[in-house]
Amino acid sequence: MQAQAPAAPAEPTKTKALADKFTAKFSGTVIDYVRQKRLKLTTSPDRIKEVALFSRDQLGFDHISCVSGTDWIAKNEIEVIYFVDNLSTPGFADVVLAIAERPNRDNPMVPTLIDVWPGAEYEERETHEMLGVDFQGHPNQKNLLLPEDWNDIPPLRKDYISPGR
Amino acid sequence: MTIQSEYSPDSDRIMSVALGPQHPGAGHFRIQLWLDGDYVVRAEPDPGYVHRGEEKMAEYRNYIQNVPHLERPVILDSSGILFPYAMAVDELMNNKIPPRAEYLRVIMAELNRIISHMYFLAIYGIFTGHTTMIEWSMGDRDFWIDIAERIGGARVTFAYTIPGGVRNDMPEGLAERAYKTCAWFEKRMEEYEKMFIRNPIFLSRTEGVGVLSRERAIQLGATGTVLRASGVKHDIRKADPYSVYSDLDFEVPTENTGDCWARAYVALQEMRQSVRILRQAFKNIPPGPVRLKLGPQPRVPAGETYTRAETAHGEDSYYLISDGSPRPYRLRLQTGSFRNMLVLPNLLKGVHIADVPPVYWSLNYWPVHADK
Repeated sequence: MQAQAPAAPAEPTKTKALADKFTAKFSGTVIDYVRQKRLKLTTSPDRIKEVALFSRDQLGFDHISCVSGTDWIAKNEIEVIYFVDNLSTPGFADVVLAIAERPNRDNPMVPTLIDVWPGAEYEERETHEMLGVDFQGHPNQKNLLLPEDWNDIPPLRKDYISPGR
Repeated sequence: MTIQSEYSPDSDRIMSVALGPQHPGAGHFRIQLWLDGDYVVRAEPDPGYVHRGEEKMAEYRNYIQNVPHLERPVILDSSGILFPYAMAVDELMNNKIPPRAEYLRVIMAELNRIISHMYFLAIYGIFTGHTTMIEWSMGDRDFWIDIAERIGGARVTFAYTIPGGVRNDMPEGLAERAYKTCAWFEKRMEEYEKMFIRNPIFLSRTEGVGVLSRERAIQLGATGTVLRASGVKHDIRKADPYSVYSDLDFEVPTENTGDCWARAYVALQEMRQSVRILRQAFKNIPPGPVRLKLGPQPRVPAGETYTRAETAHGEDSYYLISDGSPRPYRLRLQTGSFRNMLVLPNLLKGVHIADVPPVYWSLNYWPVHADK
């Protein structure tokens, strides 16, 4: 039995069609990559809620699976990124949509998306404590995993050096 | 006495109680409860007691050094959590994994799923006043650990699934032994179902308790057995097939009631499917090499990827960013336990305090897994 099919990757038609819907609806949306089962796009913090609502209500991306952040210290930006699954559209369960925004690193303020995806509540809270991103409108941004008396810069920022390093 | 439906800090009637982190069942985890009499009016999980900073640690280590510490968050399912990590590195490096290695990865992942679910059901027995289950389940679990030990060389943390394949081949003659264990275990699961799942004691503690509706499960981003017990047929092995799962014949068990009982029964049924997968995997495994030679410090081309796998505690996913240096620029690990933690305060509101332990444990929540 052939374990892996190393055939040439098929055209990502499904994700390409999704990407086209976003670019047609929201000008200024940057498509970072279109892969077979993955689509990543970047938008601005003041438009992300519209994009999120569109992807949930029109395209069926209703199941949040991960919220992440990356410190791009050389560009002075923090990237906040939401990974969402689609459980309501048949045939789209294998697609993961990634919606990113890049607020300024000095004062990263973005709107919370927990009214779009309530499952993002603790993940945004974790991104807040680990990267210092302020999610405007989030009901509780207390430390979740870090000690309540953590008195240093957020640890996943690149200029935080772990003790002993 | 009427029960106050909303929490109010001024009310004299409300008493706050901390369940954990020293509670014998809670693990390294605290649930802050606010009670009105015997009823929970509000609950707030307080994780973080075993936070290690896995994501920061990963930035200081190269891609091979990252293997052992990344399995530590969930030592019950160490091959499960490493599976998507290995997939992420392989994807960025464009590694073509030998077919035999893919089968060995699946065999270890399924062995670990059984080992982890057995532990889950054992402790579930304790939480619901059913001590026979922990005796049976903990004892029987060792037969599976014996098989995993023959492959991985250790009994708990194997560091077996690595970028480029698996660490070593399995010994000859192991398949025959595994078939015997599979046949014995299939009969044993019938007994579990009669003795534990359908037992009136267990039913009285779990049936209709902590009901999570299908809509709410999706909204809260629930995953794993919690999601499937609420009637959502979503398993990454089927939905987004990876490795050789698309060549294997198995089903995704679901239940519709969404209560604590359904979450236990889905786990039992998943073990049946894992046995089914193991039989096929041991039968169909092709000969050949089991790993690529990557060297001690592989260079990963710059790029990013998001990989996910269905593990015993839900979906574990990695978002890996490489800048071309020997170490990851950023590694984001999101775990099933962390995601299911958000379900807990939603389910606990309004339950009787005696129902808190079954609701908590039914989520298959593992504190170290959530804390990372």
